Amino acid sequence: MTVEQKKDKKLKVTQLCELCHGRKAVMKRPKNLQKLCKECFFLVFETEIHNTITDAKLFYKGETVALGASGGKDSTVLASVMKTLNERYDYGLHLVLLSIDEGIKGYRDDSLATVKRNQAQYEMPLEIVSYKELYDWTMDEIVACSGMRNSCTYCGVLRRQALDRGAAKLGINHVLTGHNADDMAETVLMNVLRGDSKRLDKSCTIKTESADSPIKRSKPFKYTYQKEIVLYAHYKKLDYFSTECTYAPESFRGTTRELLKALESIRPSCIMDLIYSGEHFELRKKQVTTTYKNNKKKLPEQEVNPDGSVSLKKTPAPGEARKCDKCGYLSSNKICKACFLLGGLEANRAKVTLDNNTYIDGAAKLTKTLEHLSF
Amino acid sequence: MIKVKVEFLGGLDIISNHERQHKLTLPLEEGDATMKDVITYICKDIITDQKDVPVFIEDDTVRPGILVLINDTDWELEDKEEYVVESGDLFTFTSTLHGG
Repeated sequence: MTVEQKKDKKLKVTQLCELCHGRKAVMKRPKNLQKLCKECFFLVFETEIHNTITDAKLFYKGETVALGASGGKDSTVLASVMKTLNERYDYGLHLVLLSIDEGIKGYRDDSLATVKRNQAQYEMPLEIVSYKELYDWTMDEIVACSGMRNSCTYCGVLRRQALDRGAAKLGINHVLTGHNADDMAETVLMNVLRGDSKRLDKSCTIKTESADSPIKRSKPFKYTYQKEIVLYAHYKKLDYFSTECTYAPESFRGTTRELLKALESIRPSCIMDLIYSGEHFELRKKQVTTTYKNNKKKLPEQEVNPDGSVSLKKTPAPGEARKCDKCGYLSSNKICKACFLLGGLEANRAKVTLDNNTYIDGAAKLTKTLEHLSF
Repeated sequence: MIKVKVEFLGGLDIISNHERQHKLTLPLEEGDATMKDVITYICKDIITDQKDVPVFIEDDTVRPGILVLINDTDWELEDKEEYVVESGDLFTFTSTLHGG
């Protein structure tokens, strides 16, 4: 007797799916505590994402979009759901998988293998761009040079630009990422805890088109709970990779995440509520008047951005956006953030390298090399 | 004696020597054992390093962020710790905390 047959025999009405009233409920939605069976859950899950996409008018017909693919649960479900919806609702999208190889031996090489399997499973083209080819640094080398403590800062800044550059290389100007509701809520909470009002202001937008990037970014899973993503991947038996990055995770984010999880277990709607709060925070624009001492002439009132900076031109003409002096990439500053960080690293790079220097290849590679030694 | 199966997914296999599937025999009679007993036995017999118990347990129950399925059904629909264990049950623990 299979497990399902055994359980079916003594099914109570209260155990049935609250939508179809026919099958046994297998999960409880954190959003509204509704009990659903597998089939109804799939449909509700996919339809909600479809509604998010159409409400925000994320795409136009025939658009080519890149899916940020790490091989993890979120991006694997993203690829699967986008393929399903694209076919079901005839979005007319051309979907491409875009992966970043940060150069972390023993972590990223394994997860990229998952992405390669996804490529075949979902029949999508795959492009992999590596930190090494873009910046001439792997994450292993960066960590060897600057230590574990700042690894997430470097990796985050470099990855953002790497996704843009990878997309640009493919002639695509729209990247979808698998950020989910839990990630959004976590970011809102983290920005509140840090008093980072500038980031708080825009942390909840579903689609970002920022001045320092020509590439649009969208988050179709903005309102999708992590729990439901994991359940979807589990019930659909999707092939995903789940190992934490070998470098220490950002501890403040980690603690915030645990706090949020503890809150969620008492009040599951708090994730949606945090996003709602984030969406409705609006920073008041400060009005200041500038007076020049020598000519005492009052200039017209100027709008100051929430971060205290002043826009020189209200709308920069297309093609006139500022470029990084070093790499020529679009940037809101003289030098883009990636070049700034890399410049600091470059100054510290070892001038002389030892032959067969295994240290920079990370711990996993070192172990492998030692295995081959014989005496 | 009750024979059950336990699975650790989503990266949670780090607490059990990267072994994803386990067979567990509870020295209790069917009807007497609850999910609470299963959790106790996992901590005692399956988790290799006792330092890892807090990765799995917080405040005497499974840590928030770990999804628990009993025979593929969310344990929130099965009375959670009070669930009465039957022979052949499958308990799946999936970490949702790992990176996406």
